[in-house]
Amino acid sequence: MVLFAVMVVAVSIGAVNIPVADVWRILLHHVTGQGATADPATDQIVWSFRAPRVALAALVGAGLGVAGAVLQTLVSNPLADPIVLGFSYGASLGAVLVITLGGLAGLGVSGAAFVGALAAGALVFALGQRRGRLAPTRLVLAGVTVGYVLLSMTSFVQLLATPTELRTVMFWMLGSVAGAQWDQLPTVTVVVLTSTVVLTLFGRRLNALLAGDESATALGVDVNRLRAVLLVISALLTGTVIAVAGGIGFVGLMIPHLVRLTVGADHRRLLPLTALLGAVYLVVVDLLSRTVNRPNELPLGILTALLGAPFFLWLLRRNKGLDTV
Amino acid sequence: MKLTVDHLHITLDRKLILREVNLEAAKGDIVGLVGPNGSGKSTLLRTVYRSLRPADGVVKVGDDDVWELSARTAARRTAAVLQDAGTTTGLTATEIVALGRTPHHGLTGRDGTEDRRAVAEAVDRCGVAPFADRDYATLSGGERQRVLLARALAQRPCLLVLDELTNHLDIRARFELLDLIRSTGITTLAVLHDLDLAARLCDHLVVLHEGEVVAAGPVPDVLTPDILRGVFGVLGRTERDEDGVVRITYAAQPLAVGPHGTAYSQT
Repeated sequence: MVLFAVMVVAVSIGAVNIPVADVWRILLHHVTGQGATADPATDQIVWSFRAPRVALAALVGAGLGVAGAVLQTLVSNPLADPIVLGFSYGASLGAVLVITLGGLAGLGVSGAAFVGALAAGALVFALGQRRGRLAPTRLVLAGVTVGYVLLSMTSFVQLLATPTELRTVMFWMLGSVAGAQWDQLPTVTVVVLTSTVVLTLFGRRLNALLAGDESATALGVDVNRLRAVLLVISALLTGTVIAVAGGIGFVGLMIPHLVRLTVGADHRRLLPLTALLGAVYLVVVDLLSRTVNRPNELPLGILTALLGAPFFLWLLRRNKGLDTV
Repeated sequence: MKLTVDHLHITLDRKLILREVNLEAAKGDIVGLVGPNGSGKSTLLRTVYRSLRPADGVVKVGDDDVWELSARTAARRTAAVLQDAGTTTGLTATEIVALGRTPHHGLTGRDGTEDRRAVAEAVDRCGVAPFADRDYATLSGGERQRVLLARALAQRPCLLVLDELTNHLDIRARFELLDLIRSTGITTLAVLHDLDLAARLCDHLVVLHEGEVVAAGPVPDVLTPDILRGVFGVLGRTERDEDGVVRITYAAQPLAVGPHGTAYSQT
């Protein structure tokens, strides 16, 4: 409900402010085919530009939050998120390669970003394993290192790009939902909703993982297989979301922590609420990004970090529980 | 259920960790696994709670080889309280206890009546109730071990595997936990560092030394001066007091602790 209200309000505010009642009428008209719409210009602003944009922001926020929450549990590290584990840089490299060199093996930007995220994830997990068991510190270090390598490769590819391509690359890497279109939404909706539901169904086993690998094994959880499955889902989720919105940081890191501090770490509550809060947060951030400096837009990545970093530092200072993680 | 370990061999990184280990715990028995650091105790436990597949040999809980059972089925029989701390902030004591129901759940992981009853019983039995809703991270060492034991009992196991359950606890908390374990009547295999506690808790002891069983049997037969000196590198003797508890008296003289195989000072 809150998410829905925030979304409607977000649609109404922008370079041109449109009364919430009008927004509601236009949305209702398009969804149900009933009732009158507004004048064509307003209708176009609401339905063609703002509505898909706000919807995409919500989906991306939800997806990044859920992926972050799962990864933090997966590697028993409170600092884990798609960026720290190198997924985002893998997606970046894939996307930038396609933008500058054209399609690779029939993959579009989105497909390449997805393959990149999955490949980076597989590499990090391969390097993070020892005797078939996952060493969390090793895993995070592998993620950061792989991330650096991918980032330098991405930078190198950028040098080969033409100025026009470079603009697309810059836009992509800073993260934005400004280009949102209705036809992107079905895939993203399916991936984000399905992943969130499936991961929530894994909630009990994720909880068991909090007890430690050996204890989880003794509780009947096949830890290695669980990690593999969760890795594939997180990479799919991250790849899909980053492909349409670019490299947006901090959502995946801080939203899960905020929810944990409020309702606890039981994944059966944590994951759905993280999805909701992540969605609300990114809708608000996107709203700010197009209003604080209107009519110019700020990339989302800048604002999530500007709002997110102080919060995270405050969290680190405040929470004694983190010492025992 | 009884536990049978038969001709077990474990090799890790081409190093033989366990050699020809045989062990039996009859139904309801409490068997203590003792030995110096690095003697292979925790490795032996890992094969029992189905975390490490043995290179050779069989571990049976009841009549079944645990590696022939699924992870879930095995976990319905065997519960373990281990040393890995995990990431435990954010879960309350009760939520940790409820993790014990993991192997009993279907796909959705919903709690049924049976689950709630098992959790409530375990919370009650282990005295977790006073701090049931507190975050596990804020609990004292003794409270945490009670919570973990309650989690194991909520699993409704036929075999308990305990790894240094009483480490870092004060003496009262130790005795309370030991009484609790005794009162469950569940077959138990416990790794214990403290020989006095082992003598107090266990029906039988198995002594591991460099991956091999060097002594096994009733407590007084196992904790002999020879074993104390040869395996643990300390001088001492055991006697049974009027309560039937075996007590170890360590020599007051400088304890000739040295690397195994070196000469110890005379008794």
